[in-house]
Amino acid sequence: MLSRRIIPCLDVRDGRVVKGVRFRDHVDMGDIVELALRYRDAGADELVFYDIAASPERRSVSRDWVERIARILDIPFCVAGGIRSVGDARAVLFAGADKVSINTPALERPQLIAELADAFGVQCVVVGIDSVREADGQWRVRSHTGNPQAMRAPDKTTLDWVHQAQQLGAGEIVLNCMGSDGVRSGYDIEQLRAVRELCSVPLVASGGAGTAVHFADVFQQADVDGALAASVFHSGAIAIPELKQCLRGQGVEVRL
Amino acid sequence: MTAVAVIDAGGANFGSVCYALERLGVQPRIVRDADGLRAATRVILPGVGAAAPAMRLLRERGFADVLPTLAVPLLGICLGMQLLFEASDEGDVNCLGVLPGRVRKLQADAGLRVPHMGWNVLQPLRASPLLEGVGEASVYFVHGYAAPVTDACIASCTHGAAFAAVVQRGKVAGMQFHPERSGVAGARLLSNFLQWSGA
Repeated sequence: MLSRRIIPCLDVRDGRVVKGVRFRDHVDMGDIVELALRYRDAGADELVFYDIAASPERRSVSRDWVERIARILDIPFCVAGGIRSVGDARAVLFAGADKVSINTPALERPQLIAELADAFGVQCVVVGIDSVREADGQWRVRSHTGNPQAMRAPDKTTLDWVHQAQQLGAGEIVLNCMGSDGVRSGYDIEQLRAVRELCSVPLVASGGAGTAVHFADVFQQADVDGALAASVFHSGAIAIPELKQCLRGQGVEVRL
Repeated sequence: MTAVAVIDAGGANFGSVCYALERLGVQPRIVRDADGLRAATRVILPGVGAAAPAMRLLRERGFADVLPTLAVPLLGICLGMQLLFEASDEGDVNCLGVLPGRVRKLQADAGLRVPHMGWNVLQPLRASPLLEGVGEASVYFVHGYAAPVTDACIASCTHGAAFAAVVQRGKVAGMQFHPERSGVAGARLLSNFLQWSGA
């Protein structure tokens, strides 16, 4: 049976892993390869590397660190941030990444999803979605979320975008529920369930993980394929081996 | 003499497969046309992408004629394994025809997502040096099409229906998952292939 995936997300700047404090004052967390291997050894099923500088600075992801990871790492990894074209994606995929994740560039030009799917196959194409619930009760997407000053609200409901992204060739959706992001009070089960209903490709939950129980809840109640988290893993608040034992104990299929 | 040839057929996992071999202490020879296969003592055909363009490229570069008659062990990975079969529903294309059977699209269903993406468990069907020390290991799959469980299948996997995860007939082998991204089990499977003489 297919395992549910536990996916740590690492923010990268100039080939180093950093931790942002309210989007600024980034603290150096260490060498990217060293941290990648540490998570691999702990039992992470996959890693996401988010190049936090690439998108705001309008430059593409550096091929160098992608290749450095690909040489050493023997579990799959996805690269996000700064991928705006087939050429950008090709550089990252041929440097050894297994998938690319696109967010704002896909909202600006949805056809990019189709171009990437045609060039590399849908399995390489992840669409990341930042979503918030607005006053009228609808979930709507946000773009340019890498920088709070630059954030925009294109008039698009999350559910419509999930539908459209799949039609165009998204092979996986990562839904980041901004309302619960960083709060550590649990994933947004209600929103993830609504998206799950119309999502036939793998769905990864993001935003809100605080305890092991939150992971069990999101797998069992929202039927997501993977759960992504950053701070709880980086701070050591949750250790992946214990998390997986806990999930196994709750009847969630995980790779031990 | 380095004699492990890895065919660069334009697939995006080409680099990752080479790196995995390097981690096992093997410096692969990168091959871009059929002439390059001369003197290779084993050949790996990686592949990520779609069947039709991949077959076109294999024909253009002469691989389509040479691979079915290869006298040394051959390993197809992911799409590279699917191309070993007679044909694929993906683009309705004729493939290399080294193994009987047709590659078909995985069917999405309630609770069953396509592409099949993530870690899933191997179900060994018979003993083989290729599966030595591996057992019911979890390995990493990413695919939307799959080959049927036939006599050539030595380990299956299930995503809704059972499909071929590892195949082997004569000196030809295939792995539907990505050994280069399957941790310790993946490294063992690749290492087994590197030592395999072909049955």
